[in-house]
Amino acid sequence: MTTLPPPGAKKLGLVIDLDTCVGCHACAVACKEWNDGGQFGALPDEDPYGAQPHGVWFNRVHSYAVEVPGLVIGESGIARARAPDATSPASPIPDSPFPIPGLTVHFPRSCLHCETPACVTVCPTGASYKRAEDGIVLVDADKCIGCQLCAWACPYGAREFSMERGTMQKCTLCVDRIYNETLDEADRQPACVMACPTRARHFGDLGDPQSPVSKLVAEREGYALMPEYDYKPVNRYLPPRPRRGGCADAMTKASSPESLDTAQLPGVLRWLDRVLSR
Amino acid sequence: MRPTFSIICFTVLSGIGYGAWFLIGLGVAVGPLCSAPGARCAIPFDSFAGWPVAFACVSVGLLCSLGHLGKPARAWRALSQWRSSWLSREGVFALVTFVPALALIVLSHADGLARLSGALLALGSLATVYCTANIYASLKPVRAWHDRHVMPAYLLLGLYGGSLLLHAAATLSGSPWRPERFVLLSGTIVLAAICGWVKQGYWRSIDAQPPVTPGRATGLEALGTVRAFEAPHTEENYLLHEMGFVLARKHARKLRAIALVAAFLGPAAFAALALALPAASTAAACVACASGIAGLVVERWLFFAEAKHAVTAYYQR
Repeated sequence: MTTLPPPGAKKLGLVIDLDTCVGCHACAVACKEWNDGGQFGALPDEDPYGAQPHGVWFNRVHSYAVEVPGLVIGESGIARARAPDATSPASPIPDSPFPIPGLTVHFPRSCLHCETPACVTVCPTGASYKRAEDGIVLVDADKCIGCQLCAWACPYGAREFSMERGTMQKCTLCVDRIYNETLDEADRQPACVMACPTRARHFGDLGDPQSPVSKLVAEREGYALMPEYDYKPVNRYLPPRPRRGGCADAMTKASSPESLDTAQLPGVLRWLDRVLSR
Repeated sequence: MRPTFSIICFTVLSGIGYGAWFLIGLGVAVGPLCSAPGARCAIPFDSFAGWPVAFACVSVGLLCSLGHLGKPARAWRALSQWRSSWLSREGVFALVTFVPALALIVLSHADGLARLSGALLALGSLATVYCTANIYASLKPVRAWHDRHVMPAYLLLGLYGGSLLLHAAATLSGSPWRPERFVLLSGTIVLAAICGWVKQGYWRSIDAQPPVTPGRATGLEALGTVRAFEAPHTEENYLLHEMGFVLARKHARKLRAIALVAAFLGPAAFAALALALPAASTAAACVACASGIAGLVVERWLFFAEAKHAVTAYYQR
């Protein structure tokens, strides 16, 4: 049934920390590995060892350079993703021959398990569905006719069509891990979360305001991707924290002599600095 | 978006097929029937000539749509989710419309039932194309499709293609000149003008749409200018293959001009010629129909190929 179930209390999803993600692609590889052999597998590739390998991955890690005109610090001391501002300046230093102060942000992209996903309602067969009990969005490969309309309906690129299988595939939030009683309780987490070496990925119930993930989102001002589509993503992204001293500062420092903050020095060295500065 | 042959074929052929069926149905429902004493059939011959051509267009178009499926043998499943899916509704209406279409032929001798079948055929055809248009118009991530011009364009272009088809079929079958032909021809010219105007409006509208930026897509725009410097993969994936089609936008101006001339200007000129010179009407009707369908194929190719999917913003394409 592709009509959406009534909104449930439980909203399982991921929280991805863009501050600590180092772009190692371990989550993507672990995802591919688990799901190739998992309940919804396989994830076959075309020409896997050839010149143009082509295949389905549920998780893709992009890397972006953010040229920062000055970080916006929220009340909680965290760089905030604020609403779009038409008056905000473009690149602060256009065509600079020097490295432009900014951030490198690694950005894992996967299914956001939206609360009102269009990928489910456009499905003509009922293969695409949202589970009422935990909000996970899944594809029933036995019903999918491979019309690919769901992939067109998703602005986040969460769904990839398998040319080999002739059906659509997507992140299952490792539904075959998280409820798997043959695994140790600590291992009942999505493969991507387990694999992350910097613990930049968190899994939990975002419908429960008291859950660790919900508290993390509240504390770090986590945000949803492209809310304007009104598909209400469950997953949240935690914005990068401001860099120490700010980014513009680093640029000034690079081109000027060393500076010394004497206030940070112990008393004896401060006295020495004062004497030697005479 | 990648313009696939199966979908272009499906939307163009079934569009003009249903357009022709709509006109036939409307003509039978409200137009004059053959009232000659002893006539075997109540339906005007022009409509009869166009019916099988429309039937062929609709059927071939629908079969083409199966070519886009990864699992065509499961296509019957697509009829189940009409409560939420426009694609499913389209499938249901497409099949249901065959009932009045066939009934029209079977009941052609009975005035009242023929009129009822005609009315149902017109309604079914209209509903089917309405659903086809909504398959695309309902997709918010493809801005060029989620546009208010898309629905009228699908309906009007289907109707227009249908009128070209009917006229060609009527002249080729050698049916004598009837007053309805004059209505059909002048209607075709008016429709060509309206369709051209709607498409121009559509192109102006999609050109004015601001692109989705990587900053918007990642939510990082508040921090500064976001630039993709490393893609997640070195080769094309499904998303880029399916949604990263660039060629049409590069040559948009020329292709739009070709579509306008071939689809609307040319056929309108030949329809005018057929009005002025009834002797040349068969040739003019055939050229108009061929040019119109070719133009509609270019128009539909552009509709798919020009459209940009929001996901390309993650790749800064």
